[in-house]
Amino acid sequence: MLRLITALFMLVTPLAAEEIVLGLSRDEVAITATFNGSDVMIFGAVRREAPVPEGGPLEVIITLSGPMETVLVRRKERVLGIWANTDAVEVDEAPSFYAVATSAPMRETLSAVEDLRYGITIPRVIRSVGAPDTVINAKTFTEALIRIRAAAGLYQILDSEVDIEKETLFRGQITLPAALTEGDYIAHIYITRDGQVVDDYETTIAVYKAGLERWLFEMSRNNPFWYGIMSLAIAISAGWLASAAFRIFQR
Amino acid sequence: MQIYLPIAEVSVNAFLLLGLGGIVGILSGMFGVGGGFLMTPLLFFIGIPPAVAVATEAVQIVASSFSGVLAHLRRKSVDLRMGTVLLIGGLVGAAVGVILFNYLKSLGQVDLLVKLCYVVFLGIIGGLMFIESWRAIRRSKKPGSVPVRRKHGLVHALPLKMKFRVSGLYISVIPPLVIGLCVGILAAIMGVGGGFIMVPAMIYLLGMPTKVVIGTSLFQIIFVTAFTTMLHATTNFTVDIVLAVLLLVGGVIGAQIGTRIGVKMKAEQLRILLALMVLVVCGKLALDLLLMPSELYSLGVGGGH
Repeated sequence: MLRLITALFMLVTPLAAEEIVLGLSRDEVAITATFNGSDVMIFGAVRREAPVPEGGPLEVIITLSGPMETVLVRRKERVLGIWANTDAVEVDEAPSFYAVATSAPMRETLSAVEDLRYGITIPRVIRSVGAPDTVINAKTFTEALIRIRAAAGLYQILDSEVDIEKETLFRGQITLPAALTEGDYIAHIYITRDGQVVDDYETTIAVYKAGLERWLFEMSRNNPFWYGIMSLAIAISAGWLASAAFRIFQR
Repeated sequence: MQIYLPIAEVSVNAFLLLGLGGIVGILSGMFGVGGGFLMTPLLFFIGIPPAVAVATEAVQIVASSFSGVLAHLRRKSVDLRMGTVLLIGGLVGAAVGVILFNYLKSLGQVDLLVKLCYVVFLGIIGGLMFIESWRAIRRSKKPGSVPVRRKHGLVHALPLKMKFRVSGLYISVIPPLVIGLCVGILAAIMGVGGGFIMVPAMIYLLGMPTKVVIGTSLFQIIFVTAFTTMLHATTNFTVDIVLAVLLLVGGVIGAQIGTRIGVKMKAEQLRILLALMVLVVCGKLALDLLLMPSELYSLGVGGGH
């Protein structure tokens, strides 16, 4: 009996004292012709076997990341009086979309060490192995990437926008912009105390083109020749229709 | 109403696109140009990626030129033989243009090249047209003076002569081939039909009669831009059919309104207005190149090398 209890105890201890139970308002986003952005509500609860531990308050971080892609960042310089692209740095991995929402200012929610370990804030998510030696100030290229994407609403920092109730229920909302690339979006939820991650949970939201959008996109990739022919057929018939309508109009 | 464009991967207002198509259609109906030189910069401006704007604009030009050439065929104002010669040059030019376009895209200089082409050609054409129409207006105020007849130049000294009956010309095929080639390259790079270069070139360089110029230019533009569309569709996958359809509908309706307005105006007045419009677009693009941009960095797709 004692052995059984010990075994059970052994089973339980590796688990965190506090655990995330998650819900999503939607686990897929369909991009249709009239797609104009979408809100994703991420909510959940913290399950605990024991009373609320001592120490700092419970904080929650929610991140939503689009598919990773390689981005080429170019810098303009004045050449012969004209502003032209000169230096370029390839950023190996940058999410096409990234939102990070917290329940308190990021400084108070997460320690720098834990950020480095889990890769939570935007600069930690972006990976740039190295710029060519010829480029000076390579770091400014990554900063520019973040700046441009933030201005386009693709990188969002939502400080103190996650609501927590009674250290148990939490709720956050992330708005996906209209200009969205498709792929698997990963929602990652962390609960922290005193800047240390207590538990984390990961789930996927599928973002995909649907209906006509899907059909046209796939056709343009899989049957580019016929896609081109179709475009031309539409153009020619529209041109013919216009001419015919014009003749009727003139009579 | 927002519409998500499947290839451009941006969401735009459908009425804005219909309106843009309509306005450019009105202008093209008034002045007899394809309107690509106006539409492509406008598409850049509303946030369509340049590569998609250039490729998609070619589809719209096919539609408007086809519509136009049908009207000209009925009036028998198309020189099919001259059109075919220009076309041969044009197809080779378009292929060269797309290769050049892709090469420059890999270097990250494609935006610059497209903009430079616009500034240079719009500047030259706009400037020449402005001077020419200004003189025409002044001449019309002084009755009695007759425009000076142009002399036969270099065009008539070259070998490989051919008879172009509709145009009433007996000239070498080399100049039309070269003109076709140059316009083909520009069409592929700039996303325009090249009518605004082709028309003056046919009148002033080849000495073709004005009444067959527009129809013949439209005839060869259909094939060159159709070819450009196919090349962009199969190599770059950048033709956005949803965008093309929205522009087409607006353009076709606008062209009818434009033709009606155009009929009520004097030819010199129309030309000087077109020249001013061309110069304004040119000036705007030139300023973008010369003034320091507010964002020095730009993003592109990586992993290509």
